[in-house]
Amino acid sequence: MLDQKYYDTADEIIALHGAKPSSLIPIIQDIQTEFRYLPGELLSYVADKIGITEAKAYSVATFYENFSFEPKGKYVIKVCDGTACHVRKSIPILERLYSVLGLSEDKATTDDMLFTLETVSCLGACGLAPVLTVNDKVYPAMTPDAAEDLIEELRGAE
Amino acid sequence: MQRIANAEVLNQVCQSAKTKIDACKCRILICAGTGCLAGGSGEIYEEMCRLAKDNPDVEIDFKPEIACAGLPGHGLEEEARAAVEKIAGARKNAGASGVKEEDLDDFAVKKSGCHGFCEMGPLMRIEPLGILYTKVSVDDCKAIFERTVKNGDIIRELLYKQDGIEYARQEDIPFYKKQTRVVLENCGHIDAEHIEEYIARGGYQALVKTLFDMTPEEVIEEVSESNLRGRGGGGFKTGYKWSQVARQPEKQRYVVCNGDEGDPGAFMDRSIMEGDPHRVLEGMMIAAYATGAQEGYIYVRAEYPLAIKRLQNAIAQAEEAGLLGENILGSDFSFKLHINRGAGAFVCGEGSALTASIEGNRGMPRVKPPRTVEHGLFDKPTVLNNVETYANVPGIISRGAAWFKSIGPENSPGTKAFALTGSVKNTGLIEVPMGTTLREVIFDIGGGIKNDGTFKAVQIGGPSGGCLITPQLDISLDFDSLKKMGAMIGSGGLVVMDDSTCMVEVARFFMNFTQKESCGKCVPCREGTKRMLEILERIVAGNGKEEDLDLLEELADTITETALCGLGKTASLPVKSTLKLFREEYLEHVVDKHCASHTCTSLRRFVISPDRCKGCSKCAKNCPADAIYGKIKEPYVIDNERCIKCGACESSCAFGAIHVEW
Repeated sequence: MLDQKYYDTADEIIALHGAKPSSLIPIIQDIQTEFRYLPGELLSYVADKIGITEAKAYSVATFYENFSFEPKGKYVIKVCDGTACHVRKSIPILERLYSVLGLSEDKATTDDMLFTLETVSCLGACGLAPVLTVNDKVYPAMTPDAAEDLIEELRGAE
Repeated sequence: MQRIANAEVLNQVCQSAKTKIDACKCRILICAGTGCLAGGSGEIYEEMCRLAKDNPDVEIDFKPEIACAGLPGHGLEEEARAAVEKIAGARKNAGASGVKEEDLDDFAVKKSGCHGFCEMGPLMRIEPLGILYTKVSVDDCKAIFERTVKNGDIIRELLYKQDGIEYARQEDIPFYKKQTRVVLENCGHIDAEHIEEYIARGGYQALVKTLFDMTPEEVIEEVSESNLRGRGGGGFKTGYKWSQVARQPEKQRYVVCNGDEGDPGAFMDRSIMEGDPHRVLEGMMIAAYATGAQEGYIYVRAEYPLAIKRLQNAIAQAEEAGLLGENILGSDFSFKLHINRGAGAFVCGEGSALTASIEGNRGMPRVKPPRTVEHGLFDKPTVLNNVETYANVPGIISRGAAWFKSIGPENSPGTKAFALTGSVKNTGLIEVPMGTTLREVIFDIGGGIKNDGTFKAVQIGGPSGGCLITPQLDISLDFDSLKKMGAMIGSGGLVVMDDSTCMVEVARFFMNFTQKESCGKCVPCREGTKRMLEILERIVAGNGKEEDLDLLEELADTITETALCGLGKTASLPVKSTLKLFREEYLEHVVDKHCASHTCTSLRRFVISPDRCKGCSKCAKNCPADAIYGKIKEPYVIDNERCIKCGACESSCAFGAIHVEW
């Protein structure tokens, strides 16, 4: 059972966008931004409030890549594998990060809830390829070594 | 921001904003596009602001003769003198534009949109001379302030150099010189976060013209006459689209802007939204006036947080100024604008999927007809255009259809922005007239191939496009010529590839992308792309068969003919195009199990040199596949049938006896 403050926050977000079916996506985007994931209980709650079925709400939330029912780490790292980054060797960076963080394609978040590792198809920073982002901050011209240093730096900041 | 109640007030705001800019003795524009921000331009901006704040009484004494010392041949000194005179003139006449002398800045630091030359970022443009400093760091700021701002002395170490020539002015750099900037004319020249800067450059004057001098029919007529074609890739005639919406019986209509620029390798729309957001707003307002729409939506990818922020800010400013809302500029025209963030589905770039997403549904395309112009957003007639298309509209209205048609070929007039990336020297954002050749784009503007490599191909149009090779370098870049070549302009991503790129792997890469992004609604796309991907994966893993190539072609044709939406119909284009142009390379992979560009690591072989191997057995112990065998103190052997090509043996050998053969 979620804490009451989750529902209070959801109420505020619903009020901001209006309790209508077309507000579903902006509402759950804001919920996810707030809590770094989309708690299933809140999705059902939102569906009820804006007048759509739970099934509809889940069909939408599972369709879009950005929504996650799993809590994400404090630092969400996105390694760009768009064409320009791919041609400039983004995969070795991803592989190094998997090994440094002990993650894999099936396990995206570290147990200490510090890091989530994802890939993204093009961040539009192709001139700086290969790039990755940490919580939307872009790090340009990465190498596997630089990525490893970055992890150390973020860990050190904790 | 004062309220702009009518066209006259807009003119006053324009005059005073222009005077302020013209009279500024030194104006610094720091690129705050995504690229340069990543390079630290945010800190550079803050440092320059701090220097300005700490030195409020800075004496700016621009001396052309100092500025130009040692930089002969650019006509720079003449330009500098003219600039100094222009500033003096603007200062003298400031009163006439209603600007008080104390309101004039000597020195201003601004955050601009993308300058386009991302490779050389962070970039700093210094006006009035238009000096461009490249690869600027925070440590350079003090020197820039002391030398350039105060005295106009150019710091030569920060200038762009090419072939032994130093370029002081941005406009002289070959990368810029060969471009024609129409849509991007303000990008990098104005502060994207202030509406006055857009107004100072003639912004919203096209809106005034449409509202007060033209009927909606005349606006549509003008846009039709200009032959503007949709910049999102399809090249559909914009004026015709608008006219279809305008003649619907339903009066509730929408204007939607497609900013879901998902093609990997493309970032033109992002740069426009970030660098000149009001231009997009103005284009949408004109479209709304022409088609009788009351409300509009801009759908932007969630991966573009800065573009979203700048658009939100632009909308808020326009609302405050009365340029959005009820009775705009005192006319009968009212218009509301919303922003919707995408949620990470590439297919939402397709029209019917995009509107479904705004409605709060799964972003899945539907069967057409009915078309978006009849049953679009919330089932109402909808104008759906791409960012760059809307950004072209104000210019067409202000300068006229004839002007627009004077640029580029008759069937594809105007300019096109391209994102030039990959193995090219000058990566970045460019804009050229339609009909420019690829050779000019890659070699003149792009400066040729990185590290003096050899040009192999250029991929155009992303996952829906195809490749072009050397014999096609001289074809004209426009909608129709590219279509004939089996490629398409797409949204305008140009990824240059040199001979270190494996074309089979590129085809696999794109197929993997489209496969992941297939929404799953129709069978040809959902199942077909999956099968094609499996075959391509088999080929790059060294398990391909010759008949696979025919199967790929057959699948490609079937999917193209039967898929529901544009994503599926074009999904196989990268494969078809590479198969046609690089069949030899495919055959090498399937018959000889050879990858000439040394990309497909499964096709390499690890070999132990018998004369170097001491027979220590370390490699055999490290091999996870038990593929190495031999006797102690005798040379070991690798069984390539069992080898998984992981390279553990090579890195474990203390004698350098193991090497890779391709």
